[in-house]
Amino acid sequence: MSGADLTRGGSDINSRRNDAVRWVFFACAALSILTTFAIALVLIEGSIDFFGDVSIVEFFTTTEWSPIIQPRSYGILPLIWGTLIITVGSALVAIPVGTATAIYLSEYASSRVRSIVKPTLEILAGIPTIVYGFFALSFITPRLQGVFPQTGTFNAAAGAIVVGVMIIPMVSSLSEDAMSAVPDSLREAAYGLGATEYEVSTQVVVPASISGVLASYVLAISRAIGETMAVTLAAGMSPNITFNPLEPIQTMTAYMVQVGISDVSVGSIGYQSLFAVGMTLFVLTLSMNVFSMWVRSRYREEYQ
Amino acid sequence: MSTDTGSESPFASAGDVDRKHLIGRVFVGMCFLSTLVGIVALGLLLADVAYESWGWVTWEFLTYPPSRTIENYLPGGRGAGIFPALIGSILLIALTAIFTVFLGVGAAVYLEEYAPDSRFTSFIEANISNLAGVPSIVYGLLGLAIFVRAFQLGSSLIAGALTLTLLILPIVIVSAQESLRAVPDSQRRAAYGVGATQWEVIRDVVLPSAMPGIMTGTILALSRAIGETAPILMVGAATSMFTAPYSLTGPFSAMPMQIFDWARLPQDDFQHVAAAGIVVLLTVLLAMNAVAIYIRHRFETQL
Repeated sequence: MSGADLTRGGSDINSRRNDAVRWVFFACAALSILTTFAIALVLIEGSIDFFGDVSIVEFFTTTEWSPIIQPRSYGILPLIWGTLIITVGSALVAIPVGTATAIYLSEYASSRVRSIVKPTLEILAGIPTIVYGFFALSFITPRLQGVFPQTGTFNAAAGAIVVGVMIIPMVSSLSEDAMSAVPDSLREAAYGLGATEYEVSTQVVVPASISGVLASYVLAISRAIGETMAVTLAAGMSPNITFNPLEPIQTMTAYMVQVGISDVSVGSIGYQSLFAVGMTLFVLTLSMNVFSMWVRSRYREEYQ
Repeated sequence: MSTDTGSESPFASAGDVDRKHLIGRVFVGMCFLSTLVGIVALGLLLADVAYESWGWVTWEFLTYPPSRTIENYLPGGRGAGIFPALIGSILLIALTAIFTVFLGVGAAVYLEEYAPDSRFTSFIEANISNLAGVPSIVYGLLGLAIFVRAFQLGSSLIAGALTLTLLILPIVIVSAQESLRAVPDSQRRAAYGVGATQWEVIRDVVLPSAMPGIMTGTILALSRAIGETAPILMVGAATSMFTAPYSLTGPFSAMPMQIFDWARLPQDDFQHVAAAGIVVLLTVLLAMNAVAIYIRHRFETQL
């Protein structure tokens, strides 16, 4: 291609071509909006079909879930319970570990250590989730069985631990960014008052970066809710309301996988239930993502 | 500070100082140990996969279709492996790459170079960041309803690739936007100064300059897509295929699906086969990352 054409002969053609190109690019950007509408439409349409046959009250209040096997029952609570166990369990792993990691990297580690540790942790985020599922089955569950012999092959604890490890980098990386953004003048002021490094970290840096830290928690939790393959492999496919983390459970996503790999015919109630569960999952994660954005803007501290 | 001693003397006593130092050291220790948790977990995961797969990744494993009998995977068996899924994954990612580059770069160019500073533009941008947070399995439902059912593409390679494209598009758009933003305005003005139209400026100045960054971001997004299982599972990828996919509209499998299938089998020996599959998957993923890093380093000096 020759660079800019200096002879402005066909400026009419040029401007028309410019407009055409502009519209092509606009179409690409507008595709993202189309995608959002398509997701909403697909989920709503499928759910309407489902709720034509199943009462919405039964869906959200009863505790038996079995839309593809007789006797059929349509209470989503066991799936929500399973998702909740995984989410809470993984948050218990990832939030303390991730926050402490962020504090270490931002306040204590030398820049050399940081430049090695941060990318290493981000590798965790790049590993396919199916690999985490395998790791839970082949490593974590046998170790759990060593300590608690009654642990099932599929159990909620292994799923929660492995999802927790998976979302550590989300918490640590985003929190570290927020902590590093706290200006040094605040730290120096605190040191000037005689504060120790510990006091500066916990009473100056963490409060000053709290919006970013909280936003990272919400995002990580949202990721845990939507996580699919690791929990399917590790925690099993038994919709089950239990307080015992050593028993198998089923999350909303794991149920969707179960339907996906079985030959459920299009239009059957099992097929429609996919969309009702997908809708519940989508609404849950979307509201968490919006909440995370709101937290970040609501509590943002402005530093010059 | 909350550790106010409350005494009349403004100075801390020696005991207070010692106590504070102890708390400080314990705190650093805990933070350091937490940092190790992630690293140790990564090490354990890789070691576990390496240990389980030891001796199972053979030439036969790469070149044969899967088998239901474990003996076929062992030396002296008839040979069994991951070949159809490996080819399926490569074709899937190649197709996804083609769609993603056009759509992702197009959207990024519009947002960075053309879009007016309007509410509609910021709506598009907020929408893109929201899409990035949608669980991948929901994209699978989208693909199932739109590509497989409405467009009648069936559970085909092309339906899988289109679904993965929509999934990674938000990441690609955001990273391409960053690369475009990094092109200095002086270059654009210089081109306009010699009479180039906006399209010529973009085509001949902005895009060539931003290309390394765009490529890096795209390859990293694709390396995420190659490990995705849930969306292609919903679209209807086969858990096991015995021949490599032969057409864009035909059935397909991919490495994560095959690994999922092996990992679910009750026989313990299949753990080794699943681990061997993971080694192949991670190797491909690592190679893609290496290419991305190479491109970044190769072109970094020229900016």
